[in-house]
Amino acid sequence: MSGVRLLVGTRKGAFILTSDATRKTWKVEGPHFAGWEIYHLKGSPADPDRLYASQTSGWFGQVLQRSSDGGKTWEAAGNQFLYDGPTGPHKWYDDTPHPWEFKRVWHLEPSLEDPDRVFAGVEDAALFETKDAGQTWSELPALRNYPTASTWAPGAGGLCLHTILLDPTQKERMYIAISAAGVFRSEDGGKTWQQRNSGLISNHIPDPDAESGHCVHRIAMHPARPNVLFMQKHWDVMRSDDCADTWHEISGNLPTDFGFVIDVNANDPDTVYVIPITSDSHHFVPEGKLRVYRSKTGGDDWEALTKGLPQKDCYVNVLRDAMDVDSLDPSGVYFGTSGGQVYASPDGGDSWTAIVRDLPAVLSVEVQTLA
Amino acid sequence: MIQVVLPRNLQILAGVGRVVEVRVDGDVTQRSVLDALEADHPALLGTVRDAVTKQRRPMIRFFACEEDLSNEPLDTPLPEEVASGKEPLLIIGAIAGG
Repeated sequence: MSGVRLLVGTRKGAFILTSDATRKTWKVEGPHFAGWEIYHLKGSPADPDRLYASQTSGWFGQVLQRSSDGGKTWEAAGNQFLYDGPTGPHKWYDDTPHPWEFKRVWHLEPSLEDPDRVFAGVEDAALFETKDAGQTWSELPALRNYPTASTWAPGAGGLCLHTILLDPTQKERMYIAISAAGVFRSEDGGKTWQQRNSGLISNHIPDPDAESGHCVHRIAMHPARPNVLFMQKHWDVMRSDDCADTWHEISGNLPTDFGFVIDVNANDPDTVYVIPITSDSHHFVPEGKLRVYRSKTGGDDWEALTKGLPQKDCYVNVLRDAMDVDSLDPSGVYFGTSGGQVYASPDGGDSWTAIVRDLPAVLSVEVQTLA
Repeated sequence: MIQVVLPRNLQILAGVGRVVEVRVDGDVTQRSVLDALEADHPALLGTVRDAVTKQRRPMIRFFACEEDLSNEPLDTPLPEEVASGKEPLLIIGAIAGG
């Protein structure tokens, strides 16, 4: 019988939540790696029982965990992320040069075909790759050596490479996003890159339509229509219809245009989800109401989804990797909050229930649809 | 055998108890003890000290015989009580909170 497995990373460990295809009742396992920050867990599309987890700590640094049995057992993999070649400076918050320093792995993106191959997006921003199931990691240095790299500056969360999208129809095409540099596209598996920020307007940088410096929070694609991308930026929800060559705004009637997550319904490439957040210093949902906004038209027209979500006295945040969709029909939608709740909607967002309410602050949510 | 006391998080990571015994041939120093510890428990690579520079991670401290040895040179001999196994080398995660 089919089902789903949610991989939840939190400030104090990882949790695995499982359900059958009805997505009504859930089994909660964890914490794994108790006490450690788990920035991200993700399973291999080629082997759903192969999981990877980024385990970090201000005390003990970066650890990379691997499971080959769907998260029942874990083993520490390689954790040496060494930049390839000289590390020139990027900009610091005060505009002074600052040396590139590895801090943590933000995002893990397993290959679509090979469970031993994984890309890792790290802080300070760079892209790494393993071809041996995480035992050794090599930087793909062209990104960090991109001509604009010396102008990249950290967002509030750091200079992080947080999004990696692999095009299922073009084997060597991939997209990454960096806060605060923007979107980059590679056509050759990461050997070379093109910055792709045309159309982005960011009024908090000196040149609002600069080639570089945009605080992109998250990008998403539907695998059946990979030339269309959606973006939640630090201000504005954006869309590209040409593989990120150009972007246009689709914020429409959203109550705020700030937020972190964005995702696309697995069964309809024009159905998009965001969770508006109050900017800039608040970083909680507006008006004390937790609302997911859904557009069924690929943007501009948004409806608030509230059934089952708290509509008063709610002041949580939802971070950039903390939403995902399953590929059942109807598609399930899931997100986790800074308050430790993980919400599930088995009906595409029409109604919501909390699977758990009292986890540590949620950093990431990934769902696996199991056969 | 030299006794090393690990903080709780590293015990879990390495799958060991509070006290780990390691064998060191030659001078007993921070470097040689940590080399032996990481050789026996590769999961600890990079968690106590930087894997390349071998420098102590900033929020890790080394205590022994009621002394803070954290800022001693890596190749300075540890106290005889540690080298003889009478006293442990304590690896401590700097206390935070409260």
